[in-house]
Amino acid sequence: MPEQIKDAASILTKVNDYTWDIPMSYKPGMRVPGRIFVSQKLLGSLEHDTLEQTANVATLPGIQKYAMAMPDAHSGYGFPIGGVAAFDRNTGIISPGGVGYDINCGVRIIRTNLTADEVRPGMKELIELLFHEIPSGVGSKSKLRASDKELTDALLHGAKWAVESGYGVKEDIEHCEENGFMKMADPSKVSEKARSRGKPQFGTLGSGNHFLEVQYVDEVYDEEVAKVFGLHKGQVTVMIHCGSRGAGHQICDDYLKVLDKATRKYGIVLPDRQLACAPAESTEGQDYFKAMAAGANYAWANRQVITHWVREAFTRFFRRDMDDLGMNLIYDVAHNVAKLEEHVIDGEKKMVYVHRKGATRAFPPEHPDVPEVYRKVGQPVLIPGSMGTPSFVLHGTQTAMELTFGSACHGSGRVSSRAAAKREFYGETIQKELAARGISVRATHPSIIAEEAPGVYKPSEEVVDVVHQLGIARKVVKLMPMGVAKG
Amino acid sequence: MAGEGNKGKYEFLYHIADAKFRAYGSTMEEAFENAALAMFNVMINTENLKPVEVREIETTSSDIKMLLADWLSELLYLFEVDGIVFCEFKIGRIEKTGEGFSLTGKAWGEPIDLSRHSFDTQVKAVTLHELEVQEKDDGGFWVQVVVDT
Repeated sequence: MPEQIKDAASILTKVNDYTWDIPMSYKPGMRVPGRIFVSQKLLGSLEHDTLEQTANVATLPGIQKYAMAMPDAHSGYGFPIGGVAAFDRNTGIISPGGVGYDINCGVRIIRTNLTADEVRPGMKELIELLFHEIPSGVGSKSKLRASDKELTDALLHGAKWAVESGYGVKEDIEHCEENGFMKMADPSKVSEKARSRGKPQFGTLGSGNHFLEVQYVDEVYDEEVAKVFGLHKGQVTVMIHCGSRGAGHQICDDYLKVLDKATRKYGIVLPDRQLACAPAESTEGQDYFKAMAAGANYAWANRQVITHWVREAFTRFFRRDMDDLGMNLIYDVAHNVAKLEEHVIDGEKKMVYVHRKGATRAFPPEHPDVPEVYRKVGQPVLIPGSMGTPSFVLHGTQTAMELTFGSACHGSGRVSSRAAAKREFYGETIQKELAARGISVRATHPSIIAEEAPGVYKPSEEVVDVVHQLGIARKVVKLMPMGVAKG
Repeated sequence: MAGEGNKGKYEFLYHIADAKFRAYGSTMEEAFENAALAMFNVMINTENLKPVEVREIETTSSDIKMLLADWLSELLYLFEVDGIVFCEFKIGRIEKTGEGFSLTGKAWGEPIDLSRHSFDTQVKAVTLHELEVQEKDDGGFWVQVVVDT
């Protein structure tokens, strides 16, 4: 079992009901305090390692304000999962450990004109079709036979490449964070190894917690914002959760080694080797940033191609055309990424590298990076639930800019390991229980279902409620799963 | 995580999101081999696999812990790109070189066949977090690895 914090009060300083600080005296070398955003209840399931890893991040050069952990935080490697930290462009660092292996792992939601009642009777067949149309799981091969040039174009132009190649419509790009591609991407910084891992997996969902889900709007919290997002009660939506596959994993792996050397070269002292880093504007730092951006673009292209196949499957299944089905992309967010952003720190505008590792950008109304159609209400913030638990759409707020560098949580956060899950749950039983609740699950085999059983995650409602109460994003709608396909 | 017949070669430790294990050996080479066995058993029970395909691995790294990470990463790379799931490992010798440490090793396994192989979650990468290579007081070695799943 994880070592939980026995007496959190003796380590943490309570700031308010949802904010707890790790004082700088906790660990030698901390440059700023740690700040954990959890409720009293979630504090009970916080692991000691999560605190430790948050404190480790606080020792990194150029860190601003606090090393932060979102309400869904749990221990990872290097940064905690759910970690947010911003580093000064000139005095700070950039670290692959603050992004993770699955560069631009992210989520998108597609709306439809279908109602839950229309879709429910054929749900089992529909999820079976989606499972077959979108390859997933270990060793799955893509239907897309990308050429070297196409791969390079995808690394350069992300979702934009996909749309221009016929996998979607222009509006899709406008509804992606960064318009679906980071401009500083440089495929020449991506190794041959990363390319050869990424190529056969381009257009696949992957395994682990990645999934494709058919959902319906179960509850509307904010009618006005929901209307702007094109959402209403009873409506069916589709959520896609996946990332940059082997390409991203290899880019991270390659640059960890480059930055491990750079750490010594620049005389940076680290409490954990996984935090390998370099000055943000150094050659090593920028090489990583350009390769990371290329990995992020691969992920956006990947989600866009999968979106196209989802639309085709729906068109065939319901025998209605795309316009009639109204399958517009609502939004697409990255939750493992580093970005150069402007933030106000101590009253001054500053350029910082914001690292979000298992955290979602949550920009406020009127921010220039929010698509024009959503500018008045703020960025859609998409929070996936675990299998069988609700997902949420929220909207960004000014409070997030003040408290969390414009960030919110990214999911519900694990409380139990995969190994423990397989001992505790039987995939077949979970599948039957979910079916009884009207949720069809299709996976490559039952142990995959056991590993991701609803009981291994913190309840998504609790995590999202902390985000809502803090005001770093506000709830718009709750989405309930109807069908899940996973690798 | 499978591989009951591999008792004594490695053990899994608790990690909430990923997989963490220790592997043992009377030599450092053997501990590295058993770490590879543990890593593949995160994904599949290797006991039912046959050593019909072989790949050679050569790697040089800045230090001994990085050599362990590089050895395992190389196997993951071959798993994904050549589509071979490995079940047996042999390292010739771990040697100190001018630049750090090097090894040459072999891995045997079979081509991935999804109609027969039932995989659990995929190991995405070998992290440097809590990576350890240690000599025991009574001789012998243990190594520790956290892999991202």
